[in-house]
Amino acid sequence: MARIEKKKDVVIVGLGWTGAIAGIELAEEGLEIVALERGRDQNTVPEFKYPNQIDELTYGVRLKNMQHPSQQTVTIRRNDSETALPYRSMGSFLPANGVGGAGVHWNGLLWRPQPEEIQLRSYVKEKWGESIIPEGMNLMDYPVTYDELEPFFTRFDLVAGISGKAGNLNGKIQEGGNPFEGWRSQDYPMPPMPRTYDSTKFEAACKAMGYHPFPAPGGIASTAYVNPYGMQMAPCNFCGFCERFGCYQYSKSSPQTAILDALRRKPNFTYRTHAEVLRVESSPDGKTATGVTYFDAVKQEEVFQPADLVILSAYQLNNVHLLLVSGIGKPYDPATNEGVTGKNYAYQMNGGVNMFFKDANFNPFIGHGSNGICIDDFSVNQNDFGKLGFIGGAYWRSGTFNGQPIRSMILPTDTPTWGAAWKKSIKEWYGHTMSIGTHGSHMSYRANHLDLDPTYKDPHGRPLMRMTFNWQENDLKMNQYMKRKAGEVGHAMKPDMMRLGFKDVGAQYDVRPYQTTHNTGGHIMSDSPLEGVVNRYCQAWDKHNVFVMGAGNFVQNTQYNPTGMVGALAFWTIHAIRTLYLRNPRALV
Amino acid sequence: MSDSLPPSRRSFLIASGAGMALSSLPFYAHSKEAPVSLDQYEPGYFTADEWRFVMAATARLIPSEGDGPGALETHVPVFIDRQLAGEYGSAKDWYMAGPHDPTASPDRGWQTPLNPAQLYRKAIPAFNAWCQLRWSKDFTELSTEQQDQALTALQKGEAELNPELSVFFSTLLSNTKEGYFADPMHGGNYGMQAWSYIGFPGARASYMEWVDQHNVKYPLGPVSIKGERA
Repeated sequence: MARIEKKKDVVIVGLGWTGAIAGIELAEEGLEIVALERGRDQNTVPEFKYPNQIDELTYGVRLKNMQHPSQQTVTIRRNDSETALPYRSMGSFLPANGVGGAGVHWNGLLWRPQPEEIQLRSYVKEKWGESIIPEGMNLMDYPVTYDELEPFFTRFDLVAGISGKAGNLNGKIQEGGNPFEGWRSQDYPMPPMPRTYDSTKFEAACKAMGYHPFPAPGGIASTAYVNPYGMQMAPCNFCGFCERFGCYQYSKSSPQTAILDALRRKPNFTYRTHAEVLRVESSPDGKTATGVTYFDAVKQEEVFQPADLVILSAYQLNNVHLLLVSGIGKPYDPATNEGVTGKNYAYQMNGGVNMFFKDANFNPFIGHGSNGICIDDFSVNQNDFGKLGFIGGAYWRSGTFNGQPIRSMILPTDTPTWGAAWKKSIKEWYGHTMSIGTHGSHMSYRANHLDLDPTYKDPHGRPLMRMTFNWQENDLKMNQYMKRKAGEVGHAMKPDMMRLGFKDVGAQYDVRPYQTTHNTGGHIMSDSPLEGVVNRYCQAWDKHNVFVMGAGNFVQNTQYNPTGMVGALAFWTIHAIRTLYLRNPRALV
Repeated sequence: MSDSLPPSRRSFLIASGAGMALSSLPFYAHSKEAPVSLDQYEPGYFTADEWRFVMAATARLIPSEGDGPGALETHVPVFIDRQLAGEYGSAKDWYMAGPHDPTASPDRGWQTPLNPAQLYRKAIPAFNAWCQLRWSKDFTELSTEQQDQALTALQKGEAELNPELSVFFSTLLSNTKEGYFADPMHGGNYGMQAWSYIGFPGARASYMEWVDQHNVKYPLGPVSIKGERA
């Protein structure tokens, strides 16, 4: 029988970005809070300290900062005629493990979606009519507007500590910023980062072609910084170890640098590590949750943690899995388009141009995860969907982010993969290539969804979650458009050689190469319980004392890295709990 | 470690001159000691036959000929042996529960029931058997040209092995490159020779003063996690 812990006001499942935000904001209300984290505790020192963390093999390749599939994974199939097979070793996406979650190993890119992306169905309907929406695409509006979210985007910018240059301050376009972004009520808390050589070449080419370059927005400190919780960041030294690594010098925005030490000082907040939540428990009438059952990996026993309020803040895939195994929301059925849990799983559609310059020195190891110059000239609110034949867009970026040689050895297309010619080529080209990445939107479709696997089980006997996912024509057409346009910029830069990496129409999802850890949807926000798992306050329609955080709330994925939206939605949700829910717990919609 | 602070601008000016001369020298941290002979290394995982195969195969994947070190100079076989003896070899972090479908297309990921250590153990004799059919010799007895042909056939799937072994070539090649480029504390990249060869500074990881040195080749040689310099 499960051990029973003392009841708490709030239990938080997963201590990454959104769990940490929930913890520190709700602690202000004087509530008794416990957070349960599946992985280890981890801090800048000792876990991420120099030089131990500067180890490409251990963290970049063997993925020791990540979730281990032996503990939790999914099965994957491209369509319902394939048998789903386990994602046994990780490739395409890399959920994290441990305190800080994926906020530890991300690149730091911190964007806001464009207002048009948040009301995308309405925007499409108004400009081109619903007839351009392809069959099978579940195109939706978020049930919240950009204007409503703006204060919470700003709050997250300040807490996370980000560097950049505003392009739209209260509706006024700012020289040097992104002219196509949504309005900001204030500029970035820190000025933009200095520029590397590759990004200045890209910037010059873009300007010459009439585009609008601006510095990439990133949770990377360009100056010393103190955030609203009193947490401090130090300026980044371009060490080149962001993605897949914890930051050794307090420069990359993370729960560790922005929240956790301040949170640990709250006497009414505690957290337990090695505590993997297995399910949310329901009251007999099913209308509320009574708490969660977790596995205490130290004592090797199940524990019931009673609580009045349950915050699910695990990684998107793990949140959806918990909802499915706990019976929260009706599972989605793509055949009828009915049901909600697992609906609208989406991803990201990216491409890249590599350019080879024999005589240039790019020093690719000098960089960071949010380095470089961007353009938004081919973004969602700049594309004529009716004319182009797709719905979506992409931002582009050029800037060195790591020169780690096991994974970042870019060679011309015709280079053999081994032997004397390979060895010659790595000397010839390492340090002499630069790239432009296009980072594109991904719509939601009936065909792409999440449910429970009929065959494979996790170590606790729970079914693994099954992902049914493949690339769809709409997004592939968008990608091909980016290939053409980014290729033009590449040619204009006159490289000695160029290599284009863009998925073509008909491409099948390949689980092996890393793409992004931007898995979205599955517990989407909605105006009605028939359409999604949670309402506009990310509160479960089924159980009013369950709130669900993270990118699982996305109705479809935007063209940007999701963390900005994830953080803003977390502050928005906690604000609703603090101002609307606590004084009178009920369904808020 | 004394070298962890970013160099000042003044030291940049000195180093950019001095660095040219230094970078032409081979890994001087180790230049006074003879490399540990691979013949004397006692494998922790591989049998003697497997060890000979891995020595021969990696020597073709990254050959010693031409500019730059090969797999043997950088002790890649030591790296692979140590990896297979450890958590990677036993797929400790991976989901290995069945049922398995090793005939699944490669883009479905690792679907063989074998972990990497078992894969090497089964694939090496299977590949040798293929070499025997073709040339009546084991891989290690072939000429280097024949070895290259055999590896090419293995890569292209022409040297057909049991589906459970179909990921062998890609695994061997990945592990070889990992051993070439990983920090030397993992057993390969001996003397940081691969880093020196391509110009990767290893664990220096501090470049604030170099960001605006546009189109200037970074002149300092690598350091390792344990503080060795080359």
